[in-house]
Amino acid sequence: MSVRDKRLYLEDLTVSFDGFKALNNLTLYVDPGEMLCIIGPNGAGKTTMMDVITGKTRPDSGTAWFGDGINLLQMSEPEIVAAGIGRKFQKPTVFEQLTVFENLELALAGTRSFLKTLRARITSAQHQRIDELLEIIGLAEHRESLGRILAHGQKQWLEIGMLLMQNPELLLVDEPVAGMTPHEIERTAELLLSLAGEHSVVVVEHDMAFVRSIAKRVTVLHEGQVIAEGDMDRVQNDPRVREVYLGV
Amino acid sequence: MFRLWTGGIGGLHKDKGGTTFLAVLALVAIAVPIFNQAVPASSAFHLSPFGITLIGKYLCYGMLALALDLIWGYCGILSLGHAAFFSLGGYAMGMYLMRQIGPRGVYGDPILPDFMVFLNYKALPWFWYGFNHFPLALLMVVLAPALLAGVFGWFAFRSRVTGVYFSIITQALTYALMLAFFRNDMGFGGNNGFTDFKEILGYDLHSDRTRVVLLVVTAAALAASYMACRAIVESRAGRVIRAIRDAESRTRFLGYPVESFKLWLFVFSAVVAGIAGALYVPQIGIINPSEFAPINSIEAVIWVAVGGRGTLYGAIAGAVLVNYAKTYLTGAFPEVWLFALGALFVLVTLFLPRGIIGLVTARDTERGKPK
Repeated sequence: MSVRDKRLYLEDLTVSFDGFKALNNLTLYVDPGEMLCIIGPNGAGKTTMMDVITGKTRPDSGTAWFGDGINLLQMSEPEIVAAGIGRKFQKPTVFEQLTVFENLELALAGTRSFLKTLRARITSAQHQRIDELLEIIGLAEHRESLGRILAHGQKQWLEIGMLLMQNPELLLVDEPVAGMTPHEIERTAELLLSLAGEHSVVVVEHDMAFVRSIAKRVTVLHEGQVIAEGDMDRVQNDPRVREVYLGV
Repeated sequence: MFRLWTGGIGGLHKDKGGTTFLAVLALVAIAVPIFNQAVPASSAFHLSPFGITLIGKYLCYGMLALALDLIWGYCGILSLGHAAFFSLGGYAMGMYLMRQIGPRGVYGDPILPDFMVFLNYKALPWFWYGFNHFPLALLMVVLAPALLAGVFGWFAFRSRVTGVYFSIITQALTYALMLAFFRNDMGFGGNNGFTDFKEILGYDLHSDRTRVVLLVVTAAALAASYMACRAIVESRAGRVIRAIRDAESRTRFLGYPVESFKLWLFVFSAVVAGIAGALYVPQIGIINPSEFAPINSIEAVIWVAVGGRGTLYGAIAGAVLVNYAKTYLTGAFPEVWLFALGALFVLVTLFLPRGIIGLVTARDTERGKPK
């Protein structure tokens, strides 16, 4: 019954905390290269869903597959990262005492062992890759700045850049524009749009104007379930969505 | 030529403080032999054996501070039991020196050290075998601290014991070791420890010449340890270590095995501390269980804090300065020393979070990094 050409399959996921169902038979698919926005009021289950995908929370029932053959429910958090799922948390955490360049260097795919990193040198290809990425995330002139002096928006971009260093197939982005200036929001929209296509991107966001500017497909969650799906106009005119959001 | 040399060992020319430190150390290693051996004893500039021993002691403490700064300053692991590794290295060296005494002991037993005769030992305990060989003793100087740090760290880091809890159990570790070494039946001389050493590798420990050589060796060991620590913190592993200090779970999320990084670093640091202890014992001439006392480890933390953590050379400078002050104050006003030490720690924490080195480099950083 299920279609076998999606990037991510979440089927009948249920998670309950002390009887409260954070996810309630949630079923959701993500296409390869798609940009999917997920919206929903507080407590709709958006973060719990991200937690299940990244292995932080185990569901009571249901399945979660990455591509055709990877069962996410049987993997540890680092294994899921290695399989190609990157997550950006709401609060940006970059390494404050390292430079922008060093932040990206540590995120480089490659060796993770102490003895090997002791001798590791950046290859010219890796150097080039970091330089390219610095351009993409707009921090080229800040490459030698310490992480802690970056503005809030710049930290968010740096963190997205760190995710991209690992070249994930699926990017989960949690509230990327919270606390940003309008100009920063615009830049972030451009950045995320440029990533879709090569990567599947799932964005959870409250800011409706922002969602409208980037989303082709929007999924609305409420009480752990999908209540509407489609383009922004259709979703906004959906009577259930209006009821949930506006109480009318 | 000089540029070439420094460039070859990993850009030392960028490390102004470190270069200064190494230059001062080299100066000490050259000046001490001259002022002791070449300047006649009648001259006011003659360096007495007491002076050599004092400088040697400061350098050993500097090495302990260096080891501590590597894990505390760069990885945020605050060990309040590092003197335990220092003492283990010291005991390993002490065992060799005891075996060298041979029949010249008070009781004249060719094999058994004096304290064993005194405690009615009939034969040498098995763990004393081979300690008459210098290479084995050296191996144990490295292995004993490494093994203890390895086992202890493995359990602690795996269980994700961090912060103040880690500090408390390291304090308990050194306290437990102190109690154990106080026991006569442990076979390490009980509360008297080891003393009355005669010679090392056939050289008389009481001659000025041997003292000078030991001091030069200590200076070289300190320089080598500094270079090794610097190589670690300047490598990519060093950046991972600082990343762990600032955002541990983020580092884990990037796929780095945080526990393994901490363990390697902790073991390396323990080995440096052990070597420092091994150099300390032949110069001071005694090792006993009070070296394990918790206060010693805490003092070492204060040296690092006063000097400035996260710079390596700052920790060494802190160790030398605080111990110089200790030598002076415990001589001039013995009762105020502990108050002075406490006050120093409070003042540095409140007003100089980056230590004395922070005072010196503050202007440089402001100028050097406008953006």
